[in-house]
Amino acid sequence: MSNNLAPTIIKASELGKQVTTGDAELTILSGVSFEIRAGEAVAIIGVSGSGKSTLLGLLAGLDTPSTGTVKIDGHELTALDEDGRAALRGRMVGFVFQSFQLLPAMTALENVMLPLELAGAADADAAARAMLGRVGLGDRLHHYPKQLSGGEQQRVAIARAFVTRPRLLFADEPTGNLDAATGAQVIELLFGLNRESGATLLLVTHDEMLTRRCDRILRLAGGRLI
Amino acid sequence: MNFAREIHLAWRLLARDYRAGELALIAFAIIVAVAAVTTVGFFSSRVKQALEQQANRLLGADIVIADSRPLGPELEQGATGLGLAVTSVMRFPSMALRGDRSVLTEVKAVAPGYPLRGELRITERLFAPDRLAGTLPAPGEVWVDERLYTALELGGGGGITLGQRAFRVSAIITQEPGVEMGFLSGAPRVLLNAGDLPSTGLIQPGSRVRYRLNIAGGDTALEQYRTWARGRLQPGQRLEGIRDARPELRSALERAERFLNLAALTSVLLAAVAIALATRRYLQRHLDGCAVMRCLGARQSLITRLYVMHFTMLGLLAAVVGVAIGAATQLVLARWLGEVVAVKLPLAGIVPAVQGLLVGLLLLLGFALPPLLGLAQVPTLRVLRRELGLPKGGGALGYLIGAGVIAGMILWQAQELRFGLTVLGWLVLAMATAAALGWLLLRALGTLRSRGVSWRFGVASLQRRALGTLLQIVALGLGVMALLTLTLIRTDLLNTWRQSLPPDAPNRFIINIQRDQVAPIRDFFAGNGLPSPEVFPMVRGRLVRIGERSVAEGDYAEERARRLVTREFNLSWAPRRQADNRVVAGRFWEEGTTRVDQFSVERGLAEALGIRLGDVLTFDVAGTPVAATVTSLRSVEWDSFNVNFFVLAPPGLLDAHPATHVTSFHLAAGRVEFLNALVRTFPNIVLIDIAQTLAQVQRMIDQAARAVQFVFLFTLIAGLAVLYAAVASTQDERVYQATLLRTLGASRAQIHRAHLAEFLLIGAVAGVVAATGATGLAYFVANRFLQLQYTPDPAVWLIGVAGSALGVACAGWLGTRRVLAVPPLSVLRALG
Repeated sequence: MSNNLAPTIIKASELGKQVTTGDAELTILSGVSFEIRAGEAVAIIGVSGSGKSTLLGLLAGLDTPSTGTVKIDGHELTALDEDGRAALRGRMVGFVFQSFQLLPAMTALENVMLPLELAGAADADAAARAMLGRVGLGDRLHHYPKQLSGGEQQRVAIARAFVTRPRLLFADEPTGNLDAATGAQVIELLFGLNRESGATLLLVTHDEMLTRRCDRILRLAGGRLI
Repeated sequence: MNFAREIHLAWRLLARDYRAGELALIAFAIIVAVAAVTTVGFFSSRVKQALEQQANRLLGADIVIADSRPLGPELEQGATGLGLAVTSVMRFPSMALRGDRSVLTEVKAVAPGYPLRGELRITERLFAPDRLAGTLPAPGEVWVDERLYTALELGGGGGITLGQRAFRVSAIITQEPGVEMGFLSGAPRVLLNAGDLPSTGLIQPGSRVRYRLNIAGGDTALEQYRTWARGRLQPGQRLEGIRDARPELRSALERAERFLNLAALTSVLLAAVAIALATRRYLQRHLDGCAVMRCLGARQSLITRLYVMHFTMLGLLAAVVGVAIGAATQLVLARWLGEVVAVKLPLAGIVPAVQGLLVGLLLLLGFALPPLLGLAQVPTLRVLRRELGLPKGGGALGYLIGAGVIAGMILWQAQELRFGLTVLGWLVLAMATAAALGWLLLRALGTLRSRGVSWRFGVASLQRRALGTLLQIVALGLGVMALLTLTLIRTDLLNTWRQSLPPDAPNRFIINIQRDQVAPIRDFFAGNGLPSPEVFPMVRGRLVRIGERSVAEGDYAEERARRLVTREFNLSWAPRRQADNRVVAGRFWEEGTTRVDQFSVERGLAEALGIRLGDVLTFDVAGTPVAATVTSLRSVEWDSFNVNFFVLAPPGLLDAHPATHVTSFHLAAGRVEFLNALVRTFPNIVLIDIAQTLAQVQRMIDQAARAVQFVFLFTLIAGLAVLYAAVASTQDERVYQATLLRTLGASRAQIHRAHLAEFLLIGAVAGVVAATGATGLAYFVANRFLQLQYTPDPAVWLIGVAGSALGVACAGWLGTRRVLAVPPLSVLRALG
């Protein structure tokens, strides 16, 4: 949902990322600048190796850029240390990953409770149960990830991402490990919850269906926006 | 998040990990380690106490306070006030008269209660079966030992006169506790009821009387009394327990302690290895979780705190379980051992439990926590790029801390710096050897890659994970080394120990042999069909100077050293070194040396008195100073019961001084007529029967050996835990590879064979490492610390290599068999 009057929540300026492999310096991203407004749903697309995941990592503060800056809700990420970025993530950001990234030693309920517990929330259990009910897994609370199907695991991951009511949601190929039908259900859920919460959604994908649901598309090629 | 919430969260993380089986291996390793250490602690403390109690029976008491003046009532009242049993003994030299014959004797006046420990045994006829005395000599009666009985020909009945009083001799003493191993100064003994003492008129001012207060009772009270009495001892008074009094028993006790400490040390080491291996696996499995937590907003410091709490809780819980198991096991063990040896084991204190808890926590905090703290360093980006692992070198500091902790614990458990350092040195050497051998093998395997796909894949896996393989070989090598040491070599060592006191160990001493009797006595033995014993000359001298320094009692703080310098030494000379003496520093003289001003000093004495190689020692021998340079230090097997001397010189230095001679021999039971004939032929000699003492020491060695065997069982379990942990540590990777191979069309049989090839190779190399290490360790321990000769056994190599290869292959097979039954897709999905 695009809104031209909404404030800017993400601002990338001249982002660049170089890595050294052996003697050679490899440029992964170069001169990437854009803004995303609150409540927007934006897809980052591009072929393999175009720098999509690197860009997502930089925007989420999981990695630091070689050049340029990222501002999230007015906070300059590059000026924060790792703990500062973690605190910001804990406060405002939710994640959904291609490989789900559920903790295998924890049940579905415990996985969803974890971000609340880490934030010191008092009602983690109730909130996690409610959110799992919302994604249709109210009867699978005590199942371990390995006892769940891929689609169910991704729904747990979505519940974990939304349970903290984040203002920003990053998703890395959320349907990449799922078949088309399951992928479609997950997309419905993701966009449905996003609409309800009014969060900003930024996702990296190859999935045409997903791209079509977004307000805007950022296309990357050879590390540059085109 | 506040502290209480953090603890709560750490507890929940612990519970979740535990429920998911993530902590089973670590917890098991800690429990085994703590149970082993606690059992060793509890049990060895109890066995040590039991052994000491037994030894105390020979001393006649638990503690003795001795003085040359009457002991004031304070020391006695202090003991009775603590509920301890007390009795006084007075000893003094006196002439015993019978008709016109007189013999210098040592009279011992004893009061009711004597002996507090051990047995006083008597007989009515010479060399006849004896019985427990149960009482003291009745008023007007004395008991004498067989030497006085023979010397005064009391066989026809009659009595002796001591001072102003005549006594009837009503029994012959056959066994008497409280006899110091002072046989070289011992005169024939008379036992007298203390009530009769005043009537003899023998105690006058200036009489040479030794007053002894014998004390016995419970450990706590004894310990309290020791502390209390130490501050009240007057100059000249000394307090002694068994360890101060009997070098041969002390030696046996110390060996037992060393064996037990060795067992405890091995358990600690193995546990550390198992925990390190298990942690490595835990670490690998939790990289993702940590990255996710960071991604979800957890600060590094929070993750660190959570893991510290999580693992401290785990350590405490596992340690408590371990202590409980240790306490229970030692109860069973004590009962079992009690039945076998008919000795009531005293209760152990709380110390071993505390020690066990501490060991558990230290092992975990030292060996598991430092590498785990690296988890906080996991790059958050790992959530997007799984190939990102821990920063390089991050774990090195952790392992260094772990190594420091384990080194500290080894030194602590060894209770002796030199012993601990040696074990540490061996450990480092064994690990380096294992790593070097493993590396050589990996290189050599490169040439063998062409033999079939399974073999090639097995070898390739080993080579690709070179570092992991080396770690596995080192860990397995240590585990198998411990198992070999415990199963094969332990028996050898214990047998060697038992044989150090063979059934034909000397059980009689003869002292006071005159120079012109040496040859006739040897001939007398030969004439009676016994081997001619070796006879040693002996000169008494007081140590007056070490170098330029005059020796005075006040120079030494240690009781033993003070006592040593106040007494006369028995000096001897010998052309060559005795077989049971080992030179530990310097050189022993060659036979026929022309340099006569040399001394060879026993190591313990040298340490106690601060005598070093090259020092000139001056002895006062009957008023004449005799000086010579210390050219060698010897270790002496006091518990061999052979005649041994603290200070030896080459022939030529002491020969001119008045000397008597001494020998020891073994006499089979039932040859009493030989003793009678010997004493009749050489009436001046003094014959000392130590058969009882010998039997005691032999029993003690047997008990200690049994205890050690049992304690080693726990080390064995710890060794097995290491094997399991080593195999499990690469399990995840192996499962993943097998799944990939199956996806590519490999048959189960092919994968099984590949695994088998891998495990067989690792096991065999670990076996080579283990056999080398175990043989070396056994040789070193036997030689240097137990002073025993150990002969290597080739079976160790055969069983070591074959057993290790097969054992590891079986364990690996069992571990991977299960995963091959699962469809590849679910494995891939579970591994993400």
